[in-house]
Amino acid sequence: MSTATRTLRPGHALPSTRRADAAPKVTGEFAYSSDLHAAGMLWGQTVRSPHAHARILGIDVVQARAMPGVHAVLTHEDVPGQKTYGLEFADQPVLAIDRVRYFGEAVAIVAAEEPEQARRAAAAVRVEYEPLEPVTDPEQAAEMAPLHPDRPTMGHGFRDDARPNVVRSMVIRRGDPDAEGDVAVEGVYEIGQQDQAFLGPESGIAIPDGEGGVDIHVATQWLHVDRDQAAPCLALEPEQVRIHLAGVGGAFGGREDLSMQIHAAMLALRTGRPVKIVYNREESFVGHIHRHPARIWAQHRATRDGKLVAVRMRILIDGGAYASSSTAVIANACSFAVGPYAVDNVLVDGLAVYTNNPPCGAMRGFGAVQACFAAEAQMDKLATALEIDSVELRLLNALEPGGMLPTGQVVTGSLPTRDVIRRAAALPVPEPEELPREAIRLPGGAGNTTRGEGVRRGVGFAVGFKNICYSEGFDDYCTARVVLAEDGSAEVHCAAADVGQGVSDVILQVARLELGTDDVTLASGSTARVGSAGSASSSRMTWMAAGAVQTACRAALDERDRSGGAVDVERIYRHPRTYPLDPETGQITDGRAHVALAVAAMRVVAEVDVDLGLTRVVWIGTAQDVGNALNRTAVEGQIEGGTAQGLGLALMEEIQTRDGVIANASFTDYLIPTFLDMPPVVSDLVEEPEPDAPYGVKGVGEPPTVVSTAAIVAALRDATGRELARVPVRPDDIAGL
Amino acid sequence: MRVSITVNGEVREAEVWAGESLLTTLRDRLDLPGSKNACEQGECGSCSVLLDDELVCSCLVLAAQADGHEVATVEGLADDGSLHPVQDAFAATGAVQCGFCTPGFVVAAADLLRRVPDPSDDEIREALSGNLCRCTGYQKILDAVHLAVER
Repeated sequence: MSTATRTLRPGHALPSTRRADAAPKVTGEFAYSSDLHAAGMLWGQTVRSPHAHARILGIDVVQARAMPGVHAVLTHEDVPGQKTYGLEFADQPVLAIDRVRYFGEAVAIVAAEEPEQARRAAAAVRVEYEPLEPVTDPEQAAEMAPLHPDRPTMGHGFRDDARPNVVRSMVIRRGDPDAEGDVAVEGVYEIGQQDQAFLGPESGIAIPDGEGGVDIHVATQWLHVDRDQAAPCLALEPEQVRIHLAGVGGAFGGREDLSMQIHAAMLALRTGRPVKIVYNREESFVGHIHRHPARIWAQHRATRDGKLVAVRMRILIDGGAYASSSTAVIANACSFAVGPYAVDNVLVDGLAVYTNNPPCGAMRGFGAVQACFAAEAQMDKLATALEIDSVELRLLNALEPGGMLPTGQVVTGSLPTRDVIRRAAALPVPEPEELPREAIRLPGGAGNTTRGEGVRRGVGFAVGFKNICYSEGFDDYCTARVVLAEDGSAEVHCAAADVGQGVSDVILQVARLELGTDDVTLASGSTARVGSAGSASSSRMTWMAAGAVQTACRAALDERDRSGGAVDVERIYRHPRTYPLDPETGQITDGRAHVALAVAAMRVVAEVDVDLGLTRVVWIGTAQDVGNALNRTAVEGQIEGGTAQGLGLALMEEIQTRDGVIANASFTDYLIPTFLDMPPVVSDLVEEPEPDAPYGVKGVGEPPTVVSTAAIVAALRDATGRELARVPVRPDDIAGL
Repeated sequence: MRVSITVNGEVREAEVWAGESLLTTLRDRLDLPGSKNACEQGECGSCSVLLDDELVCSCLVLAAQADGHEVATVEGLADDGSLHPVQDAFAATGAVQCGFCTPGFVVAAADLLRRVPDPSDDEIREALSGNLCRCTGYQKILDAVHLAVER
């Protein structure tokens, strides 16, 4: 049954665009996970490995335990239950056992009365290491000694690849990849390691309940998956570990994996006191996974009139020390490698490997970012080789409903690829600015490095797409509970994590519409009061929460009609089912492997100082397929913010490692876009309802990040005439040094 | 050591250690967690406060340096429960997403408008370039500052 028939518009049930949490956030009252206090609280600190790869010969905690204010110093021996955990594969030790596999890996934890006492005690833990040769080159990882001899990701329906350090190997083969075209273009592309750099570092507080269980208040993206990983390690039943959502200072995928949850709970259960852990910025860089660095080879063949004949790609992503979500990231990178284009003949060869580099997992765009950068550069190369306008070439090959993905999946939902291309291309580009002008309006900005000599202007264009919701047969669902009181008021429970995207307002908007009253409150998210919502990721939370809240509200009204009085119902919503890909061919095994798709096109104007290699992005215009926009301001906010993160990857953001050791773990050395780096963004919302989604919604957070890196670098290529096959683009690359 | 700081017009005393930042004192000793700790290097502006009417990163100021001085934090911006025009504009334009940078931004933006009552886009961008936001891409923050001027 289609649920898209009832539409929900801004103003319909939401009186203004003002977020429910806006007032407490602007006054400083909103409690983030780092703001929490509890009576009798201790402070936790983590002892971390200075090596990317080493054997642990011994850990001496005697001196640390004797220091003032110290209540506990714990190692792997103190982990009460299962010694390892992981989002999908339990391959990561709670505390390192006999070996460390990445720089910053947790080895021991300390609780003390004062933060400074905890820091000093952590420094006094003596760990004896025997450094080992780190595996740092992903190209060679599959030929080196295994970092995980027990191959934790094998036997899960993936292609069998017995080489060491393979996290997942996959192939997507369709048609005849050797089919010849009139023209072929080829390239090798590289994507650096990006950090989510959410502003609120990992933090939270664990409070023992006095009966053996523990309450953990934490900033996370998925409460129930935190609980389900933590409970076995703490040797507790899931009900004894209650995860409560504390204020989240941004996430972007970086809070999918656990950070301090188990550590704080171990310390709290050991000491019988609440324990708070807050990472500082430097620690945050090793406290979460990052975006996978990637190397991509691509060859595109086309007819003389521009029709794609065959695409062949090899995609290598570096998963770092532990699996996290690498198996899904490589599947996404391969699934969307070709871009939103129809091609009959495809061969994509993907490989995710273990190394001793920082672990990688989910970040906004999730594999599609890396693939889009390569695929769109190829489309521009092809346009140049064929002397066809690059927008026309994209229109000619655009994948639309009824067309087929390289996995054999037929596009059944909405995918207005041509529409977003046409509308982005039609956005008026600002006129070139006259010289002389203020330094701040030139590449180099307030550094006052040029008066305009050597400055060239370029215009770039790109298209990107990605899936919405979880894929490949994952049982993806969301729960909501609705409590109707006799006085007509309602309380909604849903564990959907509001990470800043505003899903709380979506929930209230849906509940008010469905229940026909404004007297609705949203309870804070907790595993103690409602079932799983799934993760605030994969552009799924608006769709899934809207579906769950709609279902629960309607069930509650039915129940009230039947029984009268107060009612309390909980309902689960599932999106259309997906199925795994064939491990040998990458083709669908039934129905679809991905639930739905969203596409965005972007046009960018940039200026480049070709002598100094400095850049200024002048203007960005984008048209994005957003389904029915429930809240226009929030959608624009996702587009503008997602674009900024893509700009960061294009121009400045990269975690730099030497022998696996991070060299720039600070905001002084890892740069993210400032107000001066971000140009105005014009957003044209292409509203075509998604037939399978409640109210016809689509997730909107990721497409702008997928497309913007590619579009910005296209503008730099146009300005410089250089290939610029690696991001972030460095001044040396632009100046040709 | 003991310090006495006038915070949001009220004299507050705290026992601090010699190396402690003003940010830590505000957050952990004076129960004013509105100022945020996101980098502790003066790069992100999340901890912005006014020290004797001068915009500073409170992570870079020692609590001891603030002894005997006046500090204004985000908690002091609203007047008797009614939002400061900058706070109200941030809420109205969608300039708030996760909100972790917001306290620093509203303190810095209010300071800008005190000095420059009607700033241009470029003046806003330059004045607030010391405050990092990871969610919004800054556009709606620009809108918010202009809206605050109108009000």
